Amino acid sequence: MTTTSLNLTKKYRLRHYTEPVVFSLMLGASFFAVLTTLGIVLSVASESYRFFSAVPLQSFLFGTEWAPSSPIPSFGFVPLIVGTLLITIIALAVAAPIGILSAVYMAEYATPRARAFAKPLLELLAGIPTVVLGFFAALTVAPFIRAMGAQVGLTIASESALAAGLVMGMMIVPLISSLSDDVINAVPQAMRDGSYAMGATQSETIRKVVLPAAFPGIVSAFILAISRAIGETMIVVMAAGLAPNLSINPLAAVTTVTVQINAMLVGDQEFDSAKTLSAFALGLTLFVLTLILNVIALRVVRQYKEHYA
Amino acid sequence: MPNFTSSPRTLKRNRSERIFRAICQSAIALTALFLVFLISNLAINAIPSLTQYVVRLSLVVDPAKVDATQIAAGDFQAIVRTAIAAEFPDVTAKPEKKKLVKLFSTSIAENLQRQVTADPSLIGKTITVEGPLAADADSFLKGQQMSVSALGENSDFEARALAKLKEAGKLTREFSWSLLTNGDSRSPEKAGLRGAFMGSLFTIAITLLVALPLGVAAALYLEEFARQSRLRDLIEVNINNLAAVPSIIFGLLGLAVFVNKFGLPRSSPLVGGLVLALLVLPTIIIASRAALRSVPPSIREAALGVGASHQQSVFHHVLPLAVPGILTGTILGVARALGETAPLLMIGMVAFIADVPTRITDAATALPVQVYLWSALPEAAFRSRTSVAILALLIVLFVFNALAIWLRNRFERRW
Repeated sequence: MTTTSLNLTKKYRLRHYTEPVVFSLMLGASFFAVLTTLGIVLSVASESYRFFSAVPLQSFLFGTEWAPSSPIPSFGFVPLIVGTLLITIIALAVAAPIGILSAVYMAEYATPRARAFAKPLLELLAGIPTVVLGFFAALTVAPFIRAMGAQVGLTIASESALAAGLVMGMMIVPLISSLSDDVINAVPQAMRDGSYAMGATQSETIRKVVLPAAFPGIVSAFILAISRAIGETMIVVMAAGLAPNLSINPLAAVTTVTVQINAMLVGDQEFDSAKTLSAFALGLTLFVLTLILNVIALRVVRQYKEHYA
Repeated sequence: MPNFTSSPRTLKRNRSERIFRAICQSAIALTALFLVFLISNLAINAIPSLTQYVVRLSLVVDPAKVDATQIAAGDFQAIVRTAIAAEFPDVTAKPEKKKLVKLFSTSIAENLQRQVTADPSLIGKTITVEGPLAADADSFLKGQQMSVSALGENSDFEARALAKLKEAGKLTREFSWSLLTNGDSRSPEKAGLRGAFMGSLFTIAITLLVALPLGVAAALYLEEFARQSRLRDLIEVNINNLAAVPSIIFGLLGLAVFVNKFGLPRSSPLVGGLVLALLVLPTIIIASRAALRSVPPSIREAALGVGASHQQSVFHHVLPLAVPGILTGTILGVARALGETAPLLMIGMVAFIADVPTRITDAATALPVQVYLWSALPEAAFRSRTSVAILALLIVLFVFNALAIWLRNRFERRW
């Protein structure tokens, strides 16, 4: 009797010592997320600071020429962001209709069997690594577009914004459709029932009741999609090329922020040159840009959820 | 009584209903079509590389060229050149002999060296050695190239020589195992994926070792122990934002912190794995929290009721029940990490590396990076090999995803 109770006390005592340790380990682990953000901000920002002490901020943000390798290098951000936005717009023009209409189909029309086919299909597309899509864009889609252009007498650059944008659009389809699917499902059934009771057909209900009600959620899906497209690297590295043309012609070759980050860092690098440091300045810009978009999107979603909760 | 169902307005509305429905269906169909086209295009591109023409040469291991005491210094290329010349006794001009030698891969001599090193008694004997044809000759025989020369020069001479070899039964078409067992090479017929496989394996092992414990511990803290506080909000906001940061930014972080500050070896799976661990950490935390949340409170209450401490109830009862869900989320996160390329480019895992890595600090590439590297090479044979590499990557990803789904269906409990 006495021995067991002794053992128990001992065990209890041990528990008092180990548990605070385990607790602080868990607390420490969850701080890694904060540390990572801090690491990104501090490391990227400090390298960027060194870059901006060599290149003035105005000439970076408003310069229209990007020529880091020329004897008198110029680091104008404008051609890169214009190229990035051009490809993003093409991608959204593809992904928005396909994504939303698939979401409408899955949420409103699909039988359980059709859904069991369509959902894994979209998940499969979402799971394909972007390097694979980049290979497809560069070696199949781009030559195809070029040949089509030649048929109608258009000269299309072999690394056109169009090829990269189209394939990136397909990459974003699963993101838009799964987010839109969620928000469409969150629209209360009572709203649909009300519409049907007034004699509306199913498509009239979807177009005039469900989609307007789901609009804020769909907007936030768009914003997340834009953020994803701006940060996407492999498709544009492989299919969009390096030429920093300031152009909004989708048939021309353009370059993007991520392509230039990659180009500045790959290969022989001396770490203190303005050229390599510019990659961090571009990275910081990209980080800030995507962070703002994500915060906006999350806020829109939260308000939307509160609206129907 | 008016007939509503056939009034023009009703018919019009019903027609627009059908059209809208068809448009929605075609959106899904378009996605399916894209996938089918993508996969079949890759498969068709990959087929030529799955087989390879292998040549068998019988040759004399000339003791004048190889010294038994210094086998590594032997001139095996010369022995193979002699054997090739012996196959074509009527060719005497030197430039044409050179053209003949170019039809054969240099790995024939490497195979010969391996055989002789393993068994030095072969020196002086006549033996048969196998090896692939050079990539251009191989592509020509498979009908992929109109001419043996990739540049499209006149190559009737080479074509006749290949036809002669084929008629003599010296050539066989075999499955190209070398594509899986060799390291990378500049010559397409010698290039293989083993280095990339090992690189990916090391990288993912590091990712898993770092991200799984950290992710589960963080999820346990946030879900089971943290009180509602500003600290917890800060951590949660951070995790949600990190999940949406572009992957290339994590690469910049790895370059600036792990490589430049901590001085870890550039291009190594160690750094790659750490970067990918940070990248998938939010995914693992979010999945683990969902798994923990699905364990009903009655389990915790029962444990507390018989005298367990809060931590005992979590570690002895809640966590084991959440393991299947955590593993499913982890496998999906790791599958994502396996396909990531951009962060690995930033930390320099993108160089040409012929040696297969044996340690986590060796310079290495990974499977998706190998795809990127090969896709940039001009040779047509590499284009086909890139497709094979992609299919290998997709198969690995498919296995991971299937495993996750199986785990979910097999072990997940509905409460």
